[in-house]
Amino acid sequence: MSVDTSKVADTNAGTAATPKKPGKAGVVANWADERLGLGTLMKKNLRKVFPDHWSFMLGEIALWSFVVLLLSGVFLTLWYTPSMGEVEYQGSYNPLRGVEMSEAMASTLRLSFDVRGGLLMRQMHHWAAMLFIASMMIHLLRVYFTGAFRKPRELNWVIGSLLLLLGTLEGFTGYSLPDDLLSGTGIRAADGFMKSMPVVGTYMSFFLFGGEFPGESIIPRLYTVHVLLIPGILLALIAAHMLLLVYHKHTQWPGPGRTEENVVGFPMLPVYAAKAGGFFFIVFGVSALMGGLLTINPVWKFGPYDPTKVTAGSQPDWYMGWPDGALRIMPGWESHFWGVTLSWNVFLPIIVLPGLMFTILMMLPFLESWITGDKRDHHLLQRPRNAPTRTAVMVALMTFYGLMWAAGGNDIIAIKLHLSINQITYFMRAAVFIGPVIAFIITRRWCISLQRHDEQKLLHGYETGIIMRSAEGGYSERHLPVNETEAYTLTAREREEVWTPGDETDANGVPAKRGRFDGLRAKLSTLMYADNVQPVTKEELEAAHHHADHEHELQASLDGQPADGHQFDGHHAVDGENLRGDH
Amino acid sequence: MSIDHGRDVTRAADSEKNLPAIPDPGLPEHTWRPTDVDERLAKRAERQVATLFGLSSVCVLLFLVSYFTLDVGDNHTTFAGFGASTIALGSTLGGALLFIGIGIIQWARKLMGDHEISEMRHPARSSDEDREETLKALALGAEESGIGRRPLVRNSLLGAVGLLGLPAIVMLRDLGPLPGNKLYSTVWEKGMRVVRDVVGTPINQADLEIGDLVNAEPEIVFAVDEDGEHVLHGVELQVAKSKAAVILLRMDPSDITPGKGRENWSVDGIVCYSKICTHVGCPISLNERKTHHLLCPCHQSTFDLADSGKVVFGPAARALPQLPLMVDEEGFLVAQSDFTEPVGPSFWERG
Ligand code: HEM
Ligand code: FES
Repeated sequence: MSVDTSKVADTNAGTAATPKKPGKAGVVANWADERLGLGTLMKKNLRKVFPDHWSFMLGEIALWSFVVLLLSGVFLTLWYTPSMGEVEYQGSYNPLRGVEMSEAMASTLRLSFDVRGGLLMRQMHHWAAMLFIASMMIHLLRVYFTGAFRKPRELNWVIGSLLLLLGTLEGFTGYSLPDDLLSGTGIRAADGFMKSMPVVGTYMSFFLFGGEFPGESIIPRLYTVHVLLIPGILLALIAAHMLLLVYHKHTQWPGPGRTEENVVGFPMLPVYAAKAGGFFFIVFGVSALMGGLLTINPVWKFGPYDPTKVTAGSQPDWYMGWPDGALRIMPGWESHFWGVTLSWNVFLPIIVLPGLMFTILMMLPFLESWITGDKRDHHLLQRPRNAPTRTAVMVALMTFYGLMWAAGGNDIIAIKLHLSINQITYFMRAAVFIGPVIAFIITRRWCISLQRHDEQKLLHGYETGIIMRSAEGGYSERHLPVNETEAYTLTAREREEVWTPGDETDANGVPAKRGRFDGLRAKLSTLMYADNVQPVTKEELEAAHHHADHEHELQASLDGQPADGHQFDGHHAVDGENLRGDH
Repeated sequence: MSIDHGRDVTRAADSEKNLPAIPDPGLPEHTWRPTDVDERLAKRAERQVATLFGLSSVCVLLFLVSYFTLDVGDNHTTFAGFGASTIALGSTLGGALLFIGIGIIQWARKLMGDHEISEMRHPARSSDEDREETLKALALGAEESGIGRRPLVRNSLLGAVGLLGLPAIVMLRDLGPLPGNKLYSTVWEKGMRVVRDVVGTPINQADLEIGDLVNAEPEIVFAVDEDGEHVLHGVELQVAKSKAAVILLRMDPSDITPGKGRENWSVDGIVCYSKICTHVGCPISLNERKTHHLLCPCHQSTFDLADSGKVVFGPAARALPQLPLMVDEEGFLVAQSDFTEPVGPSFWERG
């Protein structure tokens, strides 16, 4: 498209007019700079470049929903009373009037029914918590699948994982605060979890509850943890996360002009700031809509906590679902020895397993770089298909997570599908081990096939969908070369090398000492890389082009004919082109 | 960008073999947007954005109106199960925020400069000179402080600071009392009546038919002293309830397989078990009438009440503790004693 750019709107192309006198803003800026010296700092960062891609928004959702949590949470603290003192409810919710309950529950009901906008804020807070945790999880998947965790960003991966862990804990403590039947049931289970810990279990329980369960200290204590301790740590970690992001500069997708050495995108001021700022309002607005229109945690329906009561189908918030599933499908093992009891049936699924999973999650970047021996910096993202083993590892973990999560709803599945809960449990016990393995194998092969497909496309062009008949009567499909941008993007990736022992030399070229796990490492490295399709080389490309030229000669008579294929490829403009040819 | 810091930081693309087969065509040329070249379209976009901001203000007004006109309180069922106030406040606040957000983004997309710019990256590591200088400064600091030369000072400081951890931990001691043997007993005792949950009325053995299941509690939970005050209240009451809640079930006496030494723990087919799941402590409530099985709603552990409360399915490891029953002179069900083992989840010292 050729356009006359001389008429370009002056907001974009013109030079900014220089003000004759320093304006008000100038005076303020001068005042601030003379005291804070912000000029130098901001000079570098105001036009900092941020690459653009939809998937880079996921972390932003998490960030902004955290801000919404801070704002709505502070509102809640103005009315919520963190006390387990018994009161008789006398608020405006009829069905519970006259019922004995804790002040915590009573104040939650007050927030819900007697404070204007209180229910809105409670529901916004809860929905924002869901958004916060869900977006962190999806953001984590994005980072992993695209290889954005590789050097130099491993520490940010660790910080991100900690954020997810703390966010989950924060959600659990918040869920406990209203002191309704469901939250009390959750706390009681937590008491059982603690008691399963060897040696210190009972002591931890007694110290946390200030005596025997339920005591009268747990709600005020959880409150401090919920509004001060964890949010403080979260805030500090989020700040560190952002600082590192700015320091490393964002990763980008490879493409023409986008290399390991540069970062291409929009400047912080104005475009990126506007988009990010606008996005804050959108996340905030969506939380407000959800808070206003979708009920969540209607505590008045559950009633106050009573240690002798429970509701059927009682379930924690969804992000607590997977350890709950592990708890459900675990066989009832318990050992008695030397006069003590060890409850494997609780300790393994709820204390050991989450700890283990979380450690694995945090270690992933280090495991990968150990296996591959790759210690270089990486700023270009990889497509998931181009790291088949990595992708398969995460899909296996996701499968494990998903199956555990489903097991956490085994009673609901049983009712909905009219199955026996026993059968579901036996099935799940096997599935959580077999499922991830199958998922791993399928994903890995799938990725490799996709890689082959890319290679084909590059070497022999893409399929036009046009079937041609040769003079001899044979049929073939017409292939056309992909355009330059796409071709470059497909080739712009690294060649991988299987790590072999003795590969490494230090700065002086002296071979590194052989490690004890070298054999294992070499095997894993082979698994990681050996079957992958490596990027096309110049020679392969030339050979393919040569071949294609030959083919083109055969098909040359078609060019310029109707249905030579170019009309439909979407790779060039068809304006003014005659689709049917001249008759 | 050719500073090469040795193998460790070589960039992926630095090495020859990693050069893509196709040379980098470079950044694509910038294309002008319609709003860049057509003043009329730019003006229209400007009006659009301003309208969005205006709509936001309208929403704020509506928000204020709803805040002051709509009642909260008992009207929680007014509109599709919500307070009308909550719906109105939520949608107007949501609208006010969303319109601003959409407006700003529209502004950025249509009217702000859309030239992509490029910036060079720098390795995260510091330059060799900086590193050297830092190391020198560190070494100098260590040297001047004498931390290496005076191990006595260093070690005694480390020891002292380490010990400071002790007060930090010890100070937490008063978070709660030691467990002692609290977990081994409940408020049940010999002769205490088994009363109905919620209402607190004693239960005559003749009141129950075969198949009846009753949620019950010890009498003391409802007991009042001479002034009409509850004997147990507050924490004490909650603790008592959370351990002493029981379930009564009457079945055909011939269905019961009494455990060893438990032959006389039931009264005419009526058995009494702890209601607190031995898994992690949920109160159990779901009864399968035909099988005398009791199902915990939390993780579906299933206990057989006809057979000493043994676990027949699920993650629980221990049978439900049984409360030995008898009848007092008035014909009401009472306990023969407290439970003979701790109720609720297992714990380490339990043995
Ligand atoms: C990552 C951050 C946070 C998460 C995931 C989170 C999560 C939750 C959840 C799920 C609830 C239960 C809400 C309900 O349905 O009633 C809750 C309640 C509460 N949260 Fe948060 N919260 C966070 C941060 C905060 C902050 C920063 C504050 C205050 C400064 C706060 C104050 C409260 C209060 C006072 C309640 C009890 C109110 C009630 O339940 O009525 N929260 N939180
Ligand atoms: S608490 Fe009863 S099965 Fe888990």
